[in-house]
Amino acid sequence: MKPQLIKGNEAVIKAAVLAGCRAYYGYPITPASEIAEAAAYYFPLTGGHFIQAESEVASVNMLYGAASAGIRAMTASSGPGISLMQEGVSYLAGAELPCVIVDITRGGPGLGNIAPEQGDYRQVVKVGGHGCYRVLVLAPNSVQEMADLTTLAFDLADEYRTPVFVMADGFIGQMMEPVTFASEVRPVTTPEWAVDGTAATRKNLIASIRIEADELEKHILNLDAKYKKAEREAVRYEAFMADDADLVLVAYGMVSRICKSAVEHLRAEGLKVGLLRPITLYPFPEAKIRQLARTASVFGCVEMSTGQMIEDVRLALEGRKPVEFYGRCGGNIPSEEEVLKFAREVLNRSTPVVVSEEVVHG
Amino acid sequence: MAEYKILHEKAHCFYETYERKGELQNQTHYCPGCGHGIAHKLIAQAIDQLGIQDRTITVSPVGCGVFAYYYLDTGNIQAAHGRASAVAAAAKRSRPDSIVISYQGDGDLAAIGTAEILHAANRGESITVFFINNGIYGMTGGQMAPTTPVGAKSTTSPFGRDAHTEGYPLKVCELLSMLDAPVYLERVGLGNTKQIMAASRAVKKALENQVKGLGFSLVEILSPCPTIWKLSPVAAQERVREEMARVFPIGVYKDRTKDAQPYPAPKPAPPAEQIPAILGIESSEGMIEAVRPEKAVDWRIRVAGFGGQGVLMLGEVLAEAGLEAGLEVSWLPSYGPEMRSGTSNCHVRIGTHPIASPLVTRPNVLLALNEPSLKKFLPTVEPGGWVLYNGDAIPEGIEARTDVSMQAIPFTQLADELGEAKAGNIVSLGALLELTGMLKQEAVDHALAQLVKSTRWLEIDRQALKAGRRAAHAREAEHAEVCQ
Repeated sequence: MKPQLIKGNEAVIKAAVLAGCRAYYGYPITPASEIAEAAAYYFPLTGGHFIQAESEVASVNMLYGAASAGIRAMTASSGPGISLMQEGVSYLAGAELPCVIVDITRGGPGLGNIAPEQGDYRQVVKVGGHGCYRVLVLAPNSVQEMADLTTLAFDLADEYRTPVFVMADGFIGQMMEPVTFASEVRPVTTPEWAVDGTAATRKNLIASIRIEADELEKHILNLDAKYKKAEREAVRYEAFMADDADLVLVAYGMVSRICKSAVEHLRAEGLKVGLLRPITLYPFPEAKIRQLARTASVFGCVEMSTGQMIEDVRLALEGRKPVEFYGRCGGNIPSEEEVLKFAREVLNRSTPVVVSEEVVHG
Repeated sequence: MAEYKILHEKAHCFYETYERKGELQNQTHYCPGCGHGIAHKLIAQAIDQLGIQDRTITVSPVGCGVFAYYYLDTGNIQAAHGRASAVAAAAKRSRPDSIVISYQGDGDLAAIGTAEILHAANRGESITVFFINNGIYGMTGGQMAPTTPVGAKSTTSPFGRDAHTEGYPLKVCELLSMLDAPVYLERVGLGNTKQIMAASRAVKKALENQVKGLGFSLVEILSPCPTIWKLSPVAAQERVREEMARVFPIGVYKDRTKDAQPYPAPKPAPPAEQIPAILGIESSEGMIEAVRPEKAVDWRIRVAGFGGQGVLMLGEVLAEAGLEAGLEVSWLPSYGPEMRSGTSNCHVRIGTHPIASPLVTRPNVLLALNEPSLKKFLPTVEPGGWVLYNGDAIPEGIEARTDVSMQAIPFTQLADELGEAKAGNIVSLGALLELTGMLKQEAVDHALAQLVKSTRWLEIDRQALKAGRRAAHAREAEHAEVCQ
């Protein structure tokens, strides 16, 4: 199809409609509001429906209702709204309901500001609700990926019967880039477990409650088995000049693009710097990081936060190699110059690290 | 063998045995004399009478009614505390042919779920809500409910509900009756057989309204809770009749059943093959690949000015024209309150190389449409870059840079002479094109045609482009003379 110049937030909705999504529930919030606006326009024109909910609490529970009824449905918000949705996400995960939640992240804590930040990593990737559950998290770094990963999110949500997040910083939501969309609408069938008000599904029950301990334990272990499967099969990342790098930068979203630019710059100077960009934040590309740890001497995590994803990098490395951090927050973004400076400093002070076998736990 | 004539039997809508229940599968988990059992029966009978069992989806709450799915042989969804009406609304919108019941208690509906019920009612969601009001939290063991009568003791109002500190019982039917959208609101009781018969009629009517597609119906059911009230079932019923009904008068609070219009049917979905076009997605068939310039280019443009000067629009035209020219492009705005007052700016990249970072921190083109923008971004411009300022001359106090090409042209004034000062942004684009040769005229014409929907404005913009080119050309000529 002909590429069109489009905002990240609007691309999400066009991709969702093409993915067969038929319901959107949401509450306005900067910098995610264009998603709701596009949904309010396109969903009624394409056989779907849109409700401007009274709160994010209502939005996420409407999502629960639509997903229970077996249609593809979504919501979107930013940090404060996502915080409000967390209880509902726990219910969605517990009831094994597929749906897509888009988080266009902004500065926190509290009201913070509306500028881009990556401070939602913990509440989204580590999950902010109660109970033993996970959500799959996709992190686009371009407008094309806002579309592509939204489509993928719906497919993964159905495959794993679980909520899937698309998490992008405010920049990715607000910027315009050319996007090539799918040429046709994905046909979607009603899943057999749905409660859609027909004789065929009358015996179905959607619930997160399991009153007996043994029953709940079994349910939790089943959920966990799904997450283990995702860890084996759903990991996505982009490795850019990483395989022979001394320093591997790890970054996602907008920051990964600045780092990529910095890597090109440093390579031109003959410095062996690479980039690992996790595309799935959960499941996290742990195996790839451990593989890179065999050749790299140091990792450098760059984020628009005080360091949240770095915890996953450290967990993946299990002490094999040191991890350094550079971050800006509050709506500031690490500039390419800052990343260049950081990378040079890290390379200058890093000496090859010999790791004894004892520190390797896994 | 004795002949039996069945006079009353369990509603078909109840499961024969309650297999989802762990033990005692022939009886409910409700206490003897509890109103939930009666309410369930009335609902099940109404479903039978209306012949809607297959179509019905019951949304159960958190509270004693949480296990409604043990009993009701309908589609079942169990919701989070207080959210049943939001869940029900979405299920109904998703499956308009279904009959959706939201079954909620007083803590669920009138405390934690107040926002959801109020808004579901106000949107006129075509659902049926059964609201069980027993004035107490039963499931959690007797805490105060929003509907607990003044003076009544509970585990969290051990001295009796004090109106000065705990307020008054929340009257849901009265509250919702203030709204325009609901079709039917009635409060009934389960205090004796007569009341139960009336409740039965209300329950059926509320469901029938949904079958007819009329909109939002709610029946509030004053219900006994003998266990927590520490009364015998008979005394508890008496309390419903006497005390509860005094606080919560029984009656119809709203009934538009006769004149309500059926809920408008959702628009049918267009054929799937039409959807890409509805989304404005065009086929690439017949698209001519633009010829990229042979020379590598990397335009890093910063456009800045006051909100309302068309800064973002100008950036968009540049990016769209770049795309039209077959180049890699990105457009990144500064967003938020900045947009609504004060300054506005955007980052545009146009180039032959795939764009890594869309941020332009070292621009090679600055379009400064006001003085503060010039002041702010001039120092960031790369040596050898272009700076276009909206004015007769570079303002005093700003040191002109000799390592960049600087031009001051009164874009807004030139646009004003064309009759639309707002087209100053496009005048500056004309000047930029003339000075740098950044993009071909056709690409820009195409971008304008794509983005400017009004024919009047398109014409103004075309004139503005020309005016910009003329002014820039004149400046260049002057400059050449000075240099000679």
